[in-house]
Amino acid sequence: MTSSAFAKTWNGEALALIDVPRRPIDQFRVALIDAVKARCRVSSLFVRRPTESGKPELVAVLTDDSDGSVLIGIGALEGERYASLTPSCPQVHLFEREIAEQTGVAPEGHPWLKPVRFPDKADQRNARIGEMDFFKVDGDEVHEVAVGPVHAGVIEPGHFRFQCHGEEVFHLEISLGYQHRGVEDALVDGPHNRTIHVMETLAGDTTVGHAWAYSQNVEALSRVHVSAHAQVVRAIALELERLANHTGDLGALAGDVGFLPTQSFCGRIRGDLLNMTALLCGNRFGRSLVVPGGVRFMLEPERATELKKRLETAERDLQIAVNLLWESATVQGRFEQTGMVSRTACVDLGLVGPAARACGVEVDIRSTHPTGVYQFTNIPLATAHHGDVNSRAYVRWLEIQRSIVFIRERLNSLPASDSLSSRRELAADSIAASLIEGWRGEICHVAITGSNGKFSSYKVTDPSFHNWTGLSMALRNQPISDFPLCNKSFNLSYCGFDL
Amino acid sequence: MLKPLLARLKQGHRTITYPDGEPPAMPDRFRGRPVIDASKCVEGCRACIEACPTEALTAERLPQVDLGKCLFCADCSEACPQHAITHLQDYRLSTRTREDLFVGAQDELRLARALDAKLKRLFGRSLRLRQVSAGGCNACEADVNVLSTIGWDIGRFGIQMVASPRHADGILVTGCVSENMRLALEKTYEAVPAPKLVIVVGACAISGGPYAGHSQQHNGVEGLLPIDLYIPGCPPHPLTILDGLLRLLGRIEVDSVRIQSK
Repeated sequence: MTSSAFAKTWNGEALALIDVPRRPIDQFRVALIDAVKARCRVSSLFVRRPTESGKPELVAVLTDDSDGSVLIGIGALEGERYASLTPSCPQVHLFEREIAEQTGVAPEGHPWLKPVRFPDKADQRNARIGEMDFFKVDGDEVHEVAVGPVHAGVIEPGHFRFQCHGEEVFHLEISLGYQHRGVEDALVDGPHNRTIHVMETLAGDTTVGHAWAYSQNVEALSRVHVSAHAQVVRAIALELERLANHTGDLGALAGDVGFLPTQSFCGRIRGDLLNMTALLCGNRFGRSLVVPGGVRFMLEPERATELKKRLETAERDLQIAVNLLWESATVQGRFEQTGMVSRTACVDLGLVGPAARACGVEVDIRSTHPTGVYQFTNIPLATAHHGDVNSRAYVRWLEIQRSIVFIRERLNSLPASDSLSSRRELAADSIAASLIEGWRGEICHVAITGSNGKFSSYKVTDPSFHNWTGLSMALRNQPISDFPLCNKSFNLSYCGFDL
Repeated sequence: MLKPLLARLKQGHRTITYPDGEPPAMPDRFRGRPVIDASKCVEGCRACIEACPTEALTAERLPQVDLGKCLFCADCSEACPQHAITHLQDYRLSTRTREDLFVGAQDELRLARALDAKLKRLFGRSLRLRQVSAGGCNACEADVNVLSTIGWDIGRFGIQMVASPRHADGILVTGCVSENMRLALEKTYEAVPAPKLVIVVGACAISGGPYAGHSQQHNGVEGLLPIDLYIPGCPPHPLTILDGLLRLLGRIEVDSVRIQSK
């Protein structure tokens, strides 16, 4: 069944659209549910229109972690509705809400097709942001707490609605969309001048991850080869991005339990790591580094030596700063068994990244669907098993250590520098799916070109899209005062979600 | 108990001495203020203008850069066949007016002047800011946050980011002002007691940045709120932000920097 409804391909490869199986929606629906039950995850699901047939089509990109393949299939819709997949396959719940909001195609039988981003369109079916019903709990001593969009801190906006019984949270509903600035609309008919800059700022703390995912799609569609040097520089930049953000997160987690030494040290070390990215390309977030065809800035031997020196210092400082966390009983007391997410919930919801690995689920694109230099070097996959704040913190620490080893090895065997591959036209009427393991988890970009070789649709899925629901689950039966700590242990992107 | 103390000893004192001492060195590839050597320009060449993703470059006769739109990417300098555009290491970019952000080949960049005497007396030694992210990508937010870490410690200057607008002397805005955040931004501004300041950080908040022209946003804060300080960049380096804030408070006093090619 699976083999007939999906084309089997690999991460960062392009297919002619004509080679992607098109099944009637009922058949497609069963095939997708079976594939997910067997072993696949849904990395992307969206409705494409206009199409050659004039009817909307449901496009699914599945990842099979057992053999590293990517499955792409199309379900041909007969009208503006189809039977929702969510009741049988909960991990697509948000994809289907997104489909309903963006295209008006209704997945019937979905538990609640709430707005996702409140896109500002004249279209009447879209609700206004801040005006909607929330899941409500009624009863004696039950009360509601509403927080945001503006939060108490230098942080992006979002709205959180807690249903509480005393201090205990029964349910947390997260309503986003405040950062919606029309990313996907702007990508249609690209690539153009601005495309790479939209990618770089889609989630500013994941500049390298998104720029790479995009570049990989363009390279697949134009059959451009990227030099070994550029591949290594990309991987170093991606791991530096991971290091900086994980370090920042560990510091912030320490801050949220009032453990100031690690908070202060990590805040500063994070800066040192960002400055290492700036050493590569002049910008602390990796802007202008990764472009289709390779990287804009080469890594010369002297620069590599300097980087290695700084990495060593950062490693030493990190060892001292972070180990304080595991040695402090008060920190452990606050981290352990706080914000637990069960392995079952994690798999059902399709969580990704450190949040999933903290539940013992072995998902990591660098291991399961490697591209570039990750095909030749294995970064051991880091897992923990309790799904609590402590596990999410500890997975980050393991990943920090492994990324440092990885970068050092790459710096020790740097391929000779090579120029940027020249650009070529994109193949017409094709589809490519690109997966990159960003620091928050799986980034998935799907590009479809029209007959003119321009993007007819471009779908971005930031890891936060999968993981916000994980945060809701983590809050169940927790004291509301633990929200900041739980939130920080996920540290999800608002802008990457809102697009 | 002893271990954190020992760790403290090993990590040492890390706060920069700037502005009393030298500013931290910028990386060699840092792209600060762009300068154009117009003598190299060839009649009719529009390579840089066509390459610019945000229409920051324009040319009547001589090319001009709008620092408020500039992403400080390398697209123009890479596209220029004459190598006429270079980025200086200079991190000083903040201005008090939108017009000051337009710089031609031979112009001076009029850096931000200090607040007038009355406001300086109010805010010069104690400035509390409420940050609002309105369609920001979290990079400007991150580098604003950095200023509160031990390395930069803006508390030294009496500057503090606060949670409530009621406790604030002004707001610091990042992001292109998405339609979905417009109301929240306006309400936050209204909640700050007068007199109050508005500081905009980053290309998005000044002009919409890479999102300029999208119907889902407002091309930045311009036209929505009165702006007191513009800090360009994508995102601005923490030193650029600090420099802007200190100029506004009258802690750094050089008025303008001469535009010159390397």
